[in-house]
Amino acid sequence: KQDASPPPRVPCKPMPTKNNLLDSRQTKEKRSFCMVEKGTSLLKKMEISVAEAEKRTGKNAVNMQETYTVYLIETRPVDAASEGTNPVPDSLWRRYSEFELLRNYLLVTYPFLVVPPLPEKRAEFVWHKLSADNMDPDFVERRRVGLENFLLRVASHPDLSSDKIFYSFLTEENGWKETVFETGFQAKADSRLKALNATFRVKNPDKRFAEMKHYGDELQSVISQLLRVRARAADRLYGVYKVHGNYGRVFSEWSAIEKEMGDGLQSAGHHMDAYAASVDDILEEEEHYADQLKEYLFYADALRAVCRKHELTQYELEMAAQDLTSKKQQREELATGTIRTFSLKGVTSKLFGQETPEQREAKLKMLETQIEEGEELVKERNAECEEFVKSAWVDIERFKEQKDHDLREALISYAIMQISMCKKGIQVWNNAKECFSKM
Amino acid sequence: SHFQKNVDTTLTDGSSFNASMQTSPASMINQYKFEEDADTKDIFVTVDNPESHVTAIETYITYRVMTKTTRSEFDSSEFEVRRRYQDFLWLKGRLEEAHPTLIVHPLPEKFVVKGMVERFNEDFIETRRRALHRFLNKIAEHPIFSSSEDFKIFLTAASGELTSHKKQGPGFLSRMGDTVKAVAAAVRGVRNRPQEFTEMQEYVEAFSQKIISLDKVTQRIVREQKEYLEELKECGPTYALWSQSEEELAEPLKNVAGCVDRCCKETEEQVKNLSDHLIPVLHEYVLCADTLKAVLRRRDNIQADFEAKTEALATKKANRDTMRDDLDKAEDRLEWANNALKSDWTRWQKVMRTDLRSAFVDTAERNVSYYEKCLAVWESFLHSQRTDAEGNGKVDFS
Repeated sequence: KQDASPPPRVPCKPMPTKNNLLDSRQTKEKRSFCMVEKGTSLLKKMEISVAEAEKRTGKNAVNMQETYTVYLIETRPVDAASEGTNPVPDSLWRRYSEFELLRNYLLVTYPFLVVPPLPEKRAEFVWHKLSADNMDPDFVERRRVGLENFLLRVASHPDLSSDKIFYSFLTEENGWKETVFETGFQAKADSRLKALNATFRVKNPDKRFAEMKHYGDELQSVISQLLRVRARAADRLYGVYKVHGNYGRVFSEWSAIEKEMGDGLQSAGHHMDAYAASVDDILEEEEHYADQLKEYLFYADALRAVCRKHELTQYELEMAAQDLTSKKQQREELATGTIRTFSLKGVTSKLFGQETPEQREAKLKMLETQIEEGEELVKERNAECEEFVKSAWVDIERFKEQKDHDLREALISYAIMQISMCKKGIQVWNNAKECFSKM
Repeated sequence: SHFQKNVDTTLTDGSSFNASMQTSPASMINQYKFEEDADTKDIFVTVDNPESHVTAIETYITYRVMTKTTRSEFDSSEFEVRRRYQDFLWLKGRLEEAHPTLIVHPLPEKFVVKGMVERFNEDFIETRRRALHRFLNKIAEHPIFSSSEDFKIFLTAASGELTSHKKQGPGFLSRMGDTVKAVAAAVRGVRNRPQEFTEMQEYVEAFSQKIISLDKVTQRIVREQKEYLEELKECGPTYALWSQSEEELAEPLKNVAGCVDRCCKETEEQVKNLSDHLIPVLHEYVLCADTLKAVLRRRDNIQADFEAKTEALATKKANRDTMRDDLDKAEDRLEWANNALKSDWTRWQKVMRTDLRSAFVDTAERNVSYYEKCLAVWESFLHSQRTDAEGNGKVDFS
């Protein structure tokens, strides 16, 4: 690869310069979320996008007719596009369940990474005008954007981007599912789910992970609350704007019975109609902001999963260590003849008489083997734990930086939206004022 | 004019108005054409300073009424009296009795029915005070009413004087007779209403509907905005809560929380403005529409009375002289009533147009100001983020 190759072009809006912080975000095209450019080797090679969505009907596993949506994943070599030629991109169709399969695979295979979330399965936190129907075109469109964002997040991750299954997800339409199942990840997936849901108490968790888990809980709780409140406020704001449409109607009717006032009233009425109509665009923009928050709501879950996994590895280490200690104790007791630990065998041997020296010898030997194995296990588990803590913490730090950057950008874009809304309001009411003065 | 001598100043209800004024229809029309501008305004009235009074039997509010005038019929150039709502009601009644086909600006209602607010609630008192102020100013600006003796007494008399003057009005019985006659006239109905008054009635019907709709729409807007405000009030604290879990993000989140809170305050003020300024004016014109309907009815009754007397003269044989006399008086009354109404109608339309125009212009200005304030709030946030980022050198604005 030449060093002079252009920086990877992630299809997202351009980074703002110092001065056009306001302007750059006012483009209204549907775009995926802004990301800091990452120089992963995958993105140096190819451009990725989810270009379209389509409805399909077919027979499902139980031979029933179903309607579902498929999404077109397009990939295009970076060099070709920069040369000015525009070759037809490679493309394939995938449905949401395949994205889910990919993510589950990644979760199982990289338990120490904060795996990017998918856009929500069902529309939640909706305000009344927004459909909760999965087939609704607006929902499908927002999901398309979310899926593209997911792919770009994975593609820009230093570790995930080099995964083979991910690469074939992007490039091989047929047989991909089989390839995934062949990795045998499903078995791991089941045990992972069980383990994550089990209750156990860890004696010595890494403090940082405990704090991170707590943070994940708080983040999830506060973003949920924010999304709920925002949806309700959006609902109300919609009502305020729409009622002004009634002014339009009444002014128009009133103008019919007036002579001098007629014209002023009529034109003021038009502006009231415009005001009422403007809320649709405003709330559509706000929905985009809500999607950005939702991504981090789901990220919180992924973060908690990593912390949970740490607890699990730590727990298994502690269990192994505990087991080893107890075995060592048993050996000591057997060797010195003192019974410090309660064991049923000990009691029964007391009741039914001591063991023969041969039996004791055999038992000691068995214990020795077990202790050897146990020490190996503890070493293994300790290494696992340390390895996990190391890699996971690196990714958590990476995630923290990404989160801080993205959410700050989201807040800024929220402010810009508010400003745009205010400007529209100023314009409409100034126009209305002019018309009223002509009454 | 030759009408001056023969006009009987006794009205159908037995009361009479001040005959010292020029009473011919022609001169009345002239008076209406007299344009009032600020230079020629010679009387200024304000209503302010509500005070609560507690007696053994009741609690009530009085308002200070201050008058400054250069008019010669006033003994002094400045007056200060205290009046209660009852007194305003009395004045309105007197003016309506004296001039049945002139349009008296409505008073705020006695009780607030919808969304019942306690009578001595501060907002209610303030809204009422403003309406009473508008009422008196409308009277002062009216060419006929402002010269009314009752108006003068209202503005200048000490409380005791006013009470005794009130007792001098037409008695209860004559008022009863007044009502009976009015009902009788209404039942008789008018036969040949001139087209222009029919058109007036149609206009008033339509206007009434429109202004009621506007009142309702505005009240609905206020309700929706209040509900929006309730939800918005929870946003700021949620951002603040979030900032407590964050490190880098704490500052921008707290900032956003502050911005949302400030926008809440502005929204609260905007809602108050609508309630305090636009709604009372719309409401007054809803009442105006009712006043106009009543004025048109009274005119109809005067005409019906004339028509009945005409018929009686044509059919009855006895008492023809008295009846002819009555008929002449009725005719004069009718002509006078019609001309008075026509002039006052033109005047009222101008005033209505001015009032409603300025109310809507005012509302639009307040809305612009609201959005401007919110705009400034969010722009200051952006500015802080920009300088923050540049200062930290953290964001790669490359």
